[in-house]
Amino acid sequence: MADTAISAPVVVPEAVPHGPPFERPDFDIVPRRGLVLVAIVAVALIAAIASNKLWPLTFFHVAGGAAWTIIDLFLGLVLGPIIGRMSIPARVEFTTRLMPKMVLIMPTVVTATLAAGWQLGLKTGNVLSSSPNHGWIVASYIVVGVMSILALGLLEPANIAVLFELKKPRPNPEVIERLMKRFIYCAGILGVMQIATLVIMTKLASS
Amino acid sequence: MSERPLPPVTALGMASLALIVAGGIYLSAHLPQHVPLGPAVALLAASALLLAGNIFALSRVRDFAWDRFFSVARWSLLAYAVIAGMILYAFLQDHIRGGTLVVLTLSLVVFAVHVPMLVGFTVARYAGSDVRVAA
Repeated sequence: MADTAISAPVVVPEAVPHGPPFERPDFDIVPRRGLVLVAIVAVALIAAIASNKLWPLTFFHVAGGAAWTIIDLFLGLVLGPIIGRMSIPARVEFTTRLMPKMVLIMPTVVTATLAAGWQLGLKTGNVLSSSPNHGWIVASYIVVGVMSILALGLLEPANIAVLFELKKPRPNPEVIERLMKRFIYCAGILGVMQIATLVIMTKLASS
Repeated sequence: MSERPLPPVTALGMASLALIVAGGIYLSAHLPQHVPLGPAVALLAASALLLAGNIFALSRVRDFAWDRFFSVARWSLLAYAVIAGMILYAFLQDHIRGGTLVVLTLSLVVFAVHVPMLVGFTVARYAGSDVRVAA
């Protein structure tokens, strides 16, 4: 994924009311160079669905799903608690470098995983109600559904709002704190739900 | 942090998304076989009603950062329209037609409108009037 545009650092003297001034790297909320990679993935995904061949569909579903699961697990259960204990300047710097990439990575891997997965399920017959795996497939729909509601309704708006707050000449640390808390809790819940996804997907793959 | 009262846009949005997702799960659990559309239509109608209620409640808020709301929501809308279009393409590719396609398309419309609205709202509620941001 393309790097966030880092230019001259911006001094944020009032982001921490009682702390020393700290520098915040300038950044793009949506890294424009990354959009090219997203477009390439989208075109390749459409081609995979149109071809309806086993290998490209499996590739997008497995590669996208692995990325999605690992990112959620790592962010929710490893990085999230670490970010929560960082000093505000360190958290701000980390956030300005991580979050813009997440704005592009997560929707892309989720769309690729789900679209290719649906097509793959049709091709292998797993999504048919006559399939012996149908119950597990429906369980995966429910897990993904709950994760989608959390990700789309809470996590992504908080992610974007944090970035807009950090772009302000005087970011409000209370707003950042509140939104980051929402982000970290959501990421933790999604991380735990990804364990359910792993259980279901490994069961499907081994049956 | 003092905050002025705002309508429960996020809560209503999540409830609406939950209804759309429930309808999607119901339809997906039956596809590609014939699907009885009654429950999916009811879920879609309830979700659309929540969307309409959310838009109405938000439109009545005075002194809201509408410029920021629309500047964020319109780009978000573009992104989610692309995602919804790709999902719709997959359904068309699978020869889904008739009432099922109509319900799925309308569900995608509600999804593609409500998520950008939530993103725009969350950003705009914390927007200060003295701040200029380049997206």
